Formats: sequence, C-alpha cells, structure tokens
Amino acid sequence: MEIVLDIISWFCLVTGSFFCLTGGVGLLRFPDFYSRIHSASLTDTLGAGLILVGLMFQAGSAIVTAKLIMILVFSLLAGTTASHAMAKAALKSGLAPDDAGGKEKQSEDSISKP
Amino acid sequence: MRDLFAVVMMSGIYSLISASLFLDLDAVDVAFTEAAVGAGISTLLMLASLKLVGRYEHKSRYKPGLALGVVLVTGALLIYGTLDMPYFGLADAPAQLHVAPRYINDSMAEIGVPNVVTSILASYRGFDTLGEVVVVFTAGIGVMSLLLVSKQTKEESQTMVPADMRQQIILRVVAKFMLPLILLFALYVQFHGDYGPGGGFQAGVIFAAGIILYTMLFGLSNSQKLFQRKKMELLTAVGVLIYGGVGVVCMFMGGNFLDYSVLRHDPVHGQHLGILLVELGVGITVASVMIVIFFKFTWRTVKHKYKE
Repeated sequence: MEIVLDIISWFCLVTGSFFCLTGGVGLLRFPDFYSRIHSASLTDTLGAGLILVGLMFQAGSAIVTAKLIMILVFSLLAGTTASHAMAKAALKSGLAPDDAGGKEKQSEDSISKP
Repeated sequence: MRDLFAVVMMSGIYSLISASLFLDLDAVDVAFTEAAVGAGISTLLMLASLKLVGRYEHKSRYKPGLALGVVLVTGALLIYGTLDMPYFGLADAPAQLHVAPRYINDSMAEIGVPNVVTSILASYRGFDTLGEVVVVFTAGIGVMSLLLVSKQTKEESQTMVPADMRQQIILRVVAKFMLPLILLFALYVQFHGDYGPGGGFQAGVIFAAGIILYTMLFGLSNSQKLFQRKKMELLTAVGVLIYGGVGVVCMFMGGNFLDYSVLRHDPVHGQHLGILLVELGVGITVASVMIVIFFKFTWRTVKHKYKE
C-alpha cells in the first residue's frame, strides 16, 4: 500500500516539476505575449497543482492534507484569474494576439466590449 | 529604466525573494511581514501612485556621477565595517550571548506565549513597537495632509463613481468568493499571532489589501458605505491610543509603562491580555492607515478623471 502511494506521489511530483520547467522555458522562448502568459499560467496551475497533489500523498495526517487542499484551491483560483486579468489588460491596451511583435495597434471597435 | 511600472514590479520581486531568504533563515515572522508589506501592499500603493503620476519617467538633465560616487563610497565603508563583525551564525557572537538566551529560556515562564517573536515584539520590546506604530500613524497623517481633497470631490465620490475595473466580470466573481476568506485570514493572523507567525502588522496589511481589492473592483462609493472617511481617519488614531492606553493603564495599576504583568492578578495572564490588546491596536492603526492612503489616491484619480 505504501509503495503504491509513493509511486503515485512521485509521479505527481515529477510531472509537476516537468511542467514548472517547461513553463519557465516557454516564458523565455515563446514569441508573443499571449503564448508567454499561457506558459506562465501553466507553471501556476498544472505545475504547482501537481506538486501539491504529490505532497498530499506524502502528508500523512489529515490536517496537513486539508491545508494543502486549501492552498491548491486558492492557487488555482488566484493563478488562473491573474492570467485572465493580464491577458484582458493587454487586449484592452491594444496588443493584438495574432501579431508576433505586438507593435500594431488594434482598432477601437475590434476590442470586444463585454 | 524609464518604465516606472517595471521598476515597481522589480521592487516587489526583490521583496518576495528576500522574504524567501528570511524563511530560509527560519525567521518566519519577518518573512511574513516582508511578503505582506514589501511584496504586497507597498507594491499596490506604488502602482496606485503610478496611476496619478504616469507610467514613464521624464528625461532628467542631472548627471548621476556624483550620486554614484557617494553611494559607492558609503557602500565600501559599510562593507569595511562588517569586517569586524563576528562570523555569520557564530555560537559565541555577542548577539547569541547577551539577551537572546534570556528571551529563549525565560519567555515561556514570564510571558507564556509560544511564539517568542511575539513576546519580544509586544512585551520585552513593547516600547520599540509603540515607536513603529507611531511611525505608521505619522506616515498616514503625512499622506492625508499632502493629498488634500477638496470638498467637491468628496461629494462627487459619495455619488456613484464607477470602478475602473467594473467590466472585469471574472475578477469580480472570484474576488467576491475570496474576499471573506482574505478577511478571515487577516483576523486569524491577528489573533493567532501569539501561537504562530503573525501579529498586528501582517494582519492589518492583509485586511487592508482585502478592502483595497474590493475598492478597485466595486468602486469607491460602494466601499465608502462601510469605511467612511471620518471613521477611518479616526481609527488611525484609535489604534495608537489603544497601544499607549494599555501602557498608561499599566502605570495606574502600579507597574512600569507597558509592563503588562500588573493587568491581572496572575502576571502571565496579564501579559497575555496586554499582548492581545497591543496587537489589536497595531492591527487597527496599520489597516486604517493603508486604507486611508489608498482612498486618498483614489480620490485624486477621481478628481483628475471627472474634472478634465
């Protein structure tokens, strides 16, 4: 039983670390702002989330697991919302998603009005 | 760097990294304060002031050579001064021999609070902390008197001023969900400071951050229904008065200033009560000063936006 838990936990930890690493590489290497946001938020959600899940299997006591679940929920909510807000702010300030350099200004009416 | 936004972000990142450094050195309370104050609210307030002054720095005509020279000489002198200091973590350094053993060995019997940092901060060094609270209060007064807001603007802010981020539906929904948790966490940090890391400073800052989040998303006029200007300005003083008042009550009951042992029959119970009240005073002052400063900035923005 213990070995199964260990295997699951290590799988989650290693996968999470992999996503953190690729997120960091993507943040540096991706061409434009929106794809960079994508890789940054990958670090937040999938990377940190999987590491937290992996730690939950190692936690042992119920109170530590509960605390980790709270951190997980909070970071999932905050991270995704922050990425969304960042992308929206960039779109509002006129950075078009499809142009790679981000130099061109969007015309006023093409910005979607919520 | 001319882009002040990037400068503010850099200083926030610097604070966060130094918070991790403190955490690595086992100074959990300091790390918590650095993360909450340095990376959290000061970044937020600097961003709010950027909204007033504009994002980019103007080209300046001064030559920074002299200033750089002064900084280099001072830095070299400071580094030269550290050469005489004992090595990092040396067991027989004066800091480890003088008062630290007494705090660590006797604070449980004298104060009875599990978190030694809180007992040092609020009881052994209560006078220093009073000074810090007065500094926060003075800073609040300074900002209040610098950023005077005309009566007309105040009346306008009473009428419905739409929030800048009112289109951000997702942000509003998530914030509505998280706000109670943030405020609850602030109260937990405030009143659990005797047992774990935390205390008045961190709690006040977290509470203020929650209110600022609400103000940004739902508008100044909504948050002013609860946090009225007069009340908040009064509360900045109330916190300091609670702190000083506890000290004066101690004097009336026959002890020294801020010597909480006389507050109850049992000295340890007296210390508990005194620390609780003092931390409450710190929390009230810090939270209300931060909220008032942010409100002042927002009023200025409202004024600029609706006057022009």
